[in-house]
Amino acid sequence: MTDITTEKARIGAPSAKPFINGFTEEGESLSPLNAKESKAPLAGEAVKRHSHGGGVGVPDSSRAGRLTSYKLADFKPLTGMEEDWRFTPLKRLRGLHTEVLNGTAPSVSVTAPDSVTVETVGRDDRRIGSAAIPEDRVSANAWENFTEATVITVPAEAQVDGEVSVLLTGQGTEASAQHVVIVAEKFSKSVVVLDHQGTAVVAENVEILVEDGAQLTVISLQEWNDDAVHASSQQVKLGRDAKFKHIVVSLGGDLVRVTPSARFTAPGAEVELFGLYFADAGQHLEQRLFVDHAVANCKSNVLYKGALQGRNAHTVWVGDVLIRKEAEGTDTYEANRNLVLTDGARADSVPNLEIETGLIAGAGHASATGRFDDQHLFYLMARGIPEKVARRLVVRGFLNEIIQQIKVPAIEERLTAAVERELAATDN
Amino acid sequence: MSTLEIKDLHVSIDTEQGTKEILKGVSLTIRTGETHAIMGPNGSGKSTLASTIAGHPRYNVTTGTITLDGEDVLAMSVDERARAGLFLAMQYPVEVPGVSMTNFLRTAKTAIDGEAPKLRTWTKDVKAAMAQLRIDADFTQRNVNEGFSGGEKKRVEILQLELFKPKFAILDETDSGLDVDALKVVSEGVNRAHSEGKMGTLLITHYTRILRYIKPDFVHVFVDGQVVEEGGPELADRLEEEGYDRYATGAGAATIAAASAAAQA
Repeated sequence: MTDITTEKARIGAPSAKPFINGFTEEGESLSPLNAKESKAPLAGEAVKRHSHGGGVGVPDSSRAGRLTSYKLADFKPLTGMEEDWRFTPLKRLRGLHTEVLNGTAPSVSVTAPDSVTVETVGRDDRRIGSAAIPEDRVSANAWENFTEATVITVPAEAQVDGEVSVLLTGQGTEASAQHVVIVAEKFSKSVVVLDHQGTAVVAENVEILVEDGAQLTVISLQEWNDDAVHASSQQVKLGRDAKFKHIVVSLGGDLVRVTPSARFTAPGAEVELFGLYFADAGQHLEQRLFVDHAVANCKSNVLYKGALQGRNAHTVWVGDVLIRKEAEGTDTYEANRNLVLTDGARADSVPNLEIETGLIAGAGHASATGRFDDQHLFYLMARGIPEKVARRLVVRGFLNEIIQQIKVPAIEERLTAAVERELAATDN
Repeated sequence: MSTLEIKDLHVSIDTEQGTKEILKGVSLTIRTGETHAIMGPNGSGKSTLASTIAGHPRYNVTTGTITLDGEDVLAMSVDERARAGLFLAMQYPVEVPGVSMTNFLRTAKTAIDGEAPKLRTWTKDVKAAMAQLRIDADFTQRNVNEGFSGGEKKRVEILQLELFKPKFAILDETDSGLDVDALKVVSEGVNRAHSEGKMGTLLITHYTRILRYIKPDFVHVFVDGQVVEEGGPELADRLEEEGYDRYATGAGAATIAAASAAAQA
């Protein structure tokens, strides 16, 4: 596994001669430990199968070896030394990893066009587990403890005008569990907004199924109060030629950890994963994503951008992209950009790209964390723009690249205003 | 009538090898309506002079003064200088991702004038100026300089010059890297701005080519951080024929000869 924080790489069309050491036309020469099993746990029929990562090699040596299970007991208690928890301050999880999550879950209120079905179902509903399997202890704890789930279904071939708006309002600081299932049936087209507000300590599983030919956008907004703690596993499973766009926006909360995973089960599908975060003093905002290219000819594009200001503002971005041996013709790119606005903030950024076949269209990753670019500032100031205004112009521009992906005008305006408030807070 | 006065200017930069003096006593006075050309071989300090006037933080003024109508320019921040009426058309305009040209031009115009331009006339002015400089209308939707070609960037610099109406324009090798057509378009833009009679121009160039389109009143030859010769437009003609050879002395001769060969090419 690579562990490179500032690097650009692009591996293009394979040539007869290996041009990168360790790569052949058939891909990277991997350890025999990892070579045995490479089918994704959620690919096709394997969905419900209990998995311990298939006993593949050394845990954490490859994202393919990560333990997945619906049972909490399968996950060891956390120590903070685990690869996927090493940046998270466990003490601030407020029991999401240790307690029984029986607090009142955030209330769910859905506003949806008529064509969309909204149901509240019990644990035994057949759609539970159709798109996700917990990948960490907190997610498994939520799975074991949720009492009811909200299921949103966009019927086949429905072209939904306007967005499905899901308002999740925190009900206090008792540790709770939440479960949401979104099903975009064949050839449907829709936008779903998960709007997290208020005060909560909640572990959440969001399962997203995008069936053949469907197009779905899911926007997850974390505008919690300052004392909220939120761990959200958002997993999507894509059918043939499905298109999925995911936009994660984390602004509020003491600790927010969003872990999106995208799994391809048939060729021709495409995911775009976008993220925006703005951490203030003391906030911990973490995003760890996983794109599992388990089948041929799928595309993924990832861009997360973050701004940080104030003492002990901490952001984490980890992007795991796995191109399995079967995934020939894959085209993938992931990038993370962080803009550090003041002293005392910390941004961790780790792009991981694992490639098991060389027969791909392209694979690249990039990460950059920087302060304001003095050249930008000089150029704008040389045109009479005062430093303060110039800085705002640059930050706004920096984050706007993500906001303009949302394409729901009301939410774009709301987030633009929220960014302005963040900027005004420290007068940057 | 305004005056930009540079007196005995010494400028140094910090390098890994220590402090290096680049300008070694430059004096120059420019008045409204005048066009001054500064010519010289590579490394003679021409661009340093331009950047120092604009206030680039890399350059340290050790002694000397720059005043605009008696006001101390060196005491002003970069943005204050621009608002006081100084404009630097940059040799390498910077790409600013995420900031659209429309937003940028309006924000800058508002800052310079102290009030927002009237929307209707402003939009019309921008469109007209863009058309004259043969800049596509869709540039306003693009981010500042992002993905623009070298020639497009230079044209956008002159667009700003025409829209912001500075008291003094400093053109830092605006001609370099332009083909003949682009050079004509850019020169016409400068001449239009100049013809309004409210601007003085400091034209910094390596080549005499641009002086066929923009006629200087004064020519200053820069060598090794100093003005070594001054004259009228006839000096430019002479440079065109002879290059910088005759200013060469001692060890610098080879460099200057090479530069002048390039100048005549």
